[in-house]
Amino acid sequence: MNRVDLTRFPKTSALLRSRWPQFLLRAVTLAGFVFTILAGLFGSVVGSHNFAIIFVWIAWWSALKLFFIPFGGRSWCSICPIPMPGEWMQKGGLFSPSGKGFGLGKRWPKKLRGNWLQAGGFLLIGLFGAVTLTSARVTALILLFIIILAFVLSLVFERRSFCNYLCPIGGFTGLYAQAGPVEVRVKEKQVCAEHSEKTCYTACPWGQYPLALKSSADCGLCMECLRVCPSDNIAVNLRPWGSDLGPKSKQSLDEVFLGLVMLASVLVDSAVFLGPWGQLKTAAYEIGSLSWLGFAGLFLFVSFGVLPSLFSTAVWAATKLGSAKTTFRKTLMNYGQVLVPLGLMAWIAFTVSFAFVKFSYVLPVISDPFGWGWNLIGFTGKAQVGQSTPFSIWIQILLLCVGLFWASRVANQISETSKQAFPIITFSCLFSAGMLWLLIG
Amino acid sequence: MKSDSVLKNLVKKNWWISLIVLLALLIIFIPLPQSQNDAADRHFQVEASMFQFIPGRIQVNQGDRITLELISTDVVHGLSIDGYDFELIADPGQSQTATFIANKTGVFRFRCSIACGNMHPFMIGKLQVGPNWVLVRGIILGVLAVFAAFLSFRQSSHIQKSTVS
Ligand code: SF4
Ligand SMILES: [Cu+2]
Repeated sequence: MNRVDLTRFPKTSALLRSRWPQFLLRAVTLAGFVFTILAGLFGSVVGSHNFAIIFVWIAWWSALKLFFIPFGGRSWCSICPIPMPGEWMQKGGLFSPSGKGFGLGKRWPKKLRGNWLQAGGFLLIGLFGAVTLTSARVTALILLFIIILAFVLSLVFERRSFCNYLCPIGGFTGLYAQAGPVEVRVKEKQVCAEHSEKTCYTACPWGQYPLALKSSADCGLCMECLRVCPSDNIAVNLRPWGSDLGPKSKQSLDEVFLGLVMLASVLVDSAVFLGPWGQLKTAAYEIGSLSWLGFAGLFLFVSFGVLPSLFSTAVWAATKLGSAKTTFRKTLMNYGQVLVPLGLMAWIAFTVSFAFVKFSYVLPVISDPFGWGWNLIGFTGKAQVGQSTPFSIWIQILLLCVGLFWASRVANQISETSKQAFPIITFSCLFSAGMLWLLIG
Repeated sequence: MKSDSVLKNLVKKNWWISLIVLLALLIIFIPLPQSQNDAADRHFQVEASMFQFIPGRIQVNQGDRITLELISTDVVHGLSIDGYDFELIADPGQSQTATFIANKTGVFRFRCSIACGNMHPFMIGKLQVGPNWVLVRGIILGVLAVFAAFLSFRQSSHIQKSTVS
């Protein structure tokens, strides 16, 4: 149904199957990653003059939300440098597995599975966001910490345990990849069922079994299954947006929680970074001070209090309006799906508001990445204050409206009656109105 | 016969889309009567410190002649207004004053234009000229989006049913 299988065309198939394009891209991102850490550690302390700040928080973070996720789901993860060193050890080779890998290969503890820790990590980044976002040193240290952590964990635990259960970016991309237009699925279920070796499962760094894949949340699009399947039974599909969402699918409880944390984060970030409340900015910035504790309390209250209770109320009402058989938990897991398009579009709108203004910083920091007065491409000192235009304001409005439309549509699709969708749509409206007010009010 | 019904379905599918697009365009572009109030001379004192403007929000009417005085209490700060060609720069303890006419309506952010520290890129205030019609239009557009979701769902389940039968 409405799918275009990229493995059917010789050219795209060759591109996906070959390890080279991916390897080269990852080599570039790894080099960029190392360079970013160096720039962050040794470059200028003025954030807007430092490659690390501008590249991580303006260029990459925007590209992730404006390009990688909406057009490629989890595509960033397929070229991400963070798990590379660990994977080389596990595979025992830089390029393809040599069979002489190294690592204890323990299984990740059951209790720590799911997106809980990722959601926690994302909250932590948010709590310290004002400092991370403005200090190149801190940004570099965090990147360094993440890559070392990923490396160490990959020596102890099997496969990409770090990516699956810890990486906050992985949580973010995984959640919204469900709305993205790319998926890896098997072609013929029968072929897999009859193939007892399950080469794909053994090869998958993410521990997925393609036959069982229902959602794209946990598939990192690494293409390993495609490369090892002896029957050429793996498809890489372009699909309509939002294909993972609908009456037949549901979210797990941790995904619902993650979805709510993301909504809370985008609200708080909009208020802090785009709002006119100076005291809030100061509070967010002065980590450890009393006012920061107030800010942290507010942040956690929105994430654990306001949004979950509003959403639960909506779900509770929807349960009452549903047939007698549904339980609160079932309804929650169903309607958790609404949080995906709602949050994704809100993050995109936020990005337009936040990053477009600052894009004029990108070329200058390429020209002078450390802020040492270099002038590599002639753009040093050319950054402008930047401003938002009526055009970008309208883009933000339209993006939020698309999010609301999409969320309401999903709510309708998974409801037994339109009446049942009503409370959830009301929740979506409240959230969107809040975002609208923060962004353009 | 078959292609005919496909066509019909397409038209059926599309009429509501054109309706929604038309309504959306109306909501976005319909001109509103300009409120007729007498332009006044207004004076504001804005105090800049790391990393805030006080007041953070200024509200005026369209056509007002605004005189802004920027005072800095710590380091050098600037104030430039999105969409307006207007900038003030104040040295610590000093002030600078300039006047402009608020001829464009809407909400405009004003930003610190001189790097003044870590949170400088987020040192922001808001100037509202006249009523914020863009916000109102945005809200109505949101209502339309929900309405469109209902319609699209109706239509798609309709078409599914009619193709099944
Ligand atoms: S989950 Fe995180 S570390 Fe793993 S590939 Fe994705 S972004 Fe990179
Ligand atoms: Cu300033």
